[in-house]
Amino acid sequence: MMSSVSAANTLEYDAERCVNCGLCSAVCPHGVFAQGEGAAEVVNAEACMECGACQLNCPSGAIQVESGVGCAYALMRAALKGERESDCCGGGDTTCG
Amino acid sequence: MTSERSSGRPSVRATTSTLTLANWWDHFLARWGVNRMGHRVDPGLYALGQPKPDSPVFVTANYTLSFDALRSALPNTDAYLLVLDTEGINVWCAAGKGTFGTDELVQRIDAVGLAEVVRHRDLILPQLGAPGVNAHEVKRRSGFNVKYGPVRAADLPAYLSARQATPEMRRVRFGLLDRVVLIPVELVHVLWPTVAAAIVLWLAAGGLFAAGILAAVLAGVVLFPALLPWIPTRDFTSKGFVLGLAASAPFALTLLLWKQGGPAWIAPAWAGAFLLMALPVTGFLALNFTGSTPFTSRSGVRREIQKYTRLMAAMFGGGIILLIALIVIGLVIER
Ligand code: SF4
Ligand code: SF4
Repeated sequence: MMSSVSAANTLEYDAERCVNCGLCSAVCPHGVFAQGEGAAEVVNAEACMECGACQLNCPSGAIQVESGVGCAYALMRAALKGERESDCCGGGDTTCG
Repeated sequence: MTSERSSGRPSVRATTSTLTLANWWDHFLARWGVNRMGHRVDPGLYALGQPKPDSPVFVTANYTLSFDALRSALPNTDAYLLVLDTEGINVWCAAGKGTFGTDELVQRIDAVGLAEVVRHRDLILPQLGAPGVNAHEVKRRSGFNVKYGPVRAADLPAYLSARQATPEMRRVRFGLLDRVVLIPVELVHVLWPTVAAAIVLWLAAGGLFAAGILAAVLAGVVLFPALLPWIPTRDFTSKGFVLGLAASAPFALTLLLWKQGGPAWIAPAWAGAFLLMALPVTGFLALNFTGSTPFTSRSGVRREIQKYTRLMAAMFGGGIILLIALIVIGLVIER
């Protein structure tokens, strides 16, 4: 069953569906998932920044997260103008490689 | 794109791992937000060194900073670099938008005829491209295996020799240097509104008041990114308040001592009006910095906006009303 892993974010995980491919722990930039014995384990739930990488790369649909950029400017503009939430991603060049 | 294929041999451009003065200058301009979307490399396949059919293939974005970080991290390496068309946006941001994504990757593999250039079927992608790429779908549609490399290009040599990324290489960091390089573009963003506000305040409320607000702005766009991890409190806005108070306190105190004459409450009222305006300015700029960090989730930022927006608007509005009242009272007293 899909269940929420932390009140701080929208990440949900269903260990029963996991086929233990290991991709979620490879793609997560915040070490939220770790490889376990038979299934991936959530080890750092609070750190999830909702980037969506784990969900997109999970072959078995075991992960759900409402992904989006955590950018105040975009969220406020969307709230004021009723626009779709776009993004205003600015940084991360050195981290991006 | 089809023309590249029909010409028989796919075109491969040569590149090196050396950064020239022109590259550094381009990076400098990119950091300052000059010609924001113009820092591009032509998408396609590049040969680094003397790659052979067994050499590794690295995938990156067509933003000069991304491309240059990749090639300069691979000195004395023979490799192919596959540059996706992300419209001049870095890997992380383009992955969020989906332009560094499954479709573009699959199409680019086909357009450059990668299957005929290399014998193996492995691609090394930057880990931060993962929010845009579905590895299983790439495999199904192109036959190529996506291997996620480290977060930082600088870790590539270690990754190549170990053939895997350590947990440490998989974690995004947001070190002092990562934060400081973002300051110029933050400054450019606020430049004109700040200049305009400073001029208006100078004329209406005096140089000290204007300089204080300027300090609050600089605290938000320069000090905040630099000092982020060391500011007490948890969320961005309250960190902004703390920093804003530190930057504004000297100006508030000076106002308190300086604005003499008239009733005794005049000076504290000036200092109060100033603080009411200055603190939300720094707080707001700090909250806005969330868009530039690789840490904040949308849920978290949404919570913070709900918690602080009304408070900041009320403080700022209250500050302006108080300031106008003080200016009017000042005029009346002068008469
Ligand atoms: S959404 Fe991103 S940060 Fe959250 S668990 Fe998945 S990969 Fe990690
Ligand atoms: S990506 Fe999905 S299937 Fe693979 S280990 Fe993670 S949860 Fe399990």
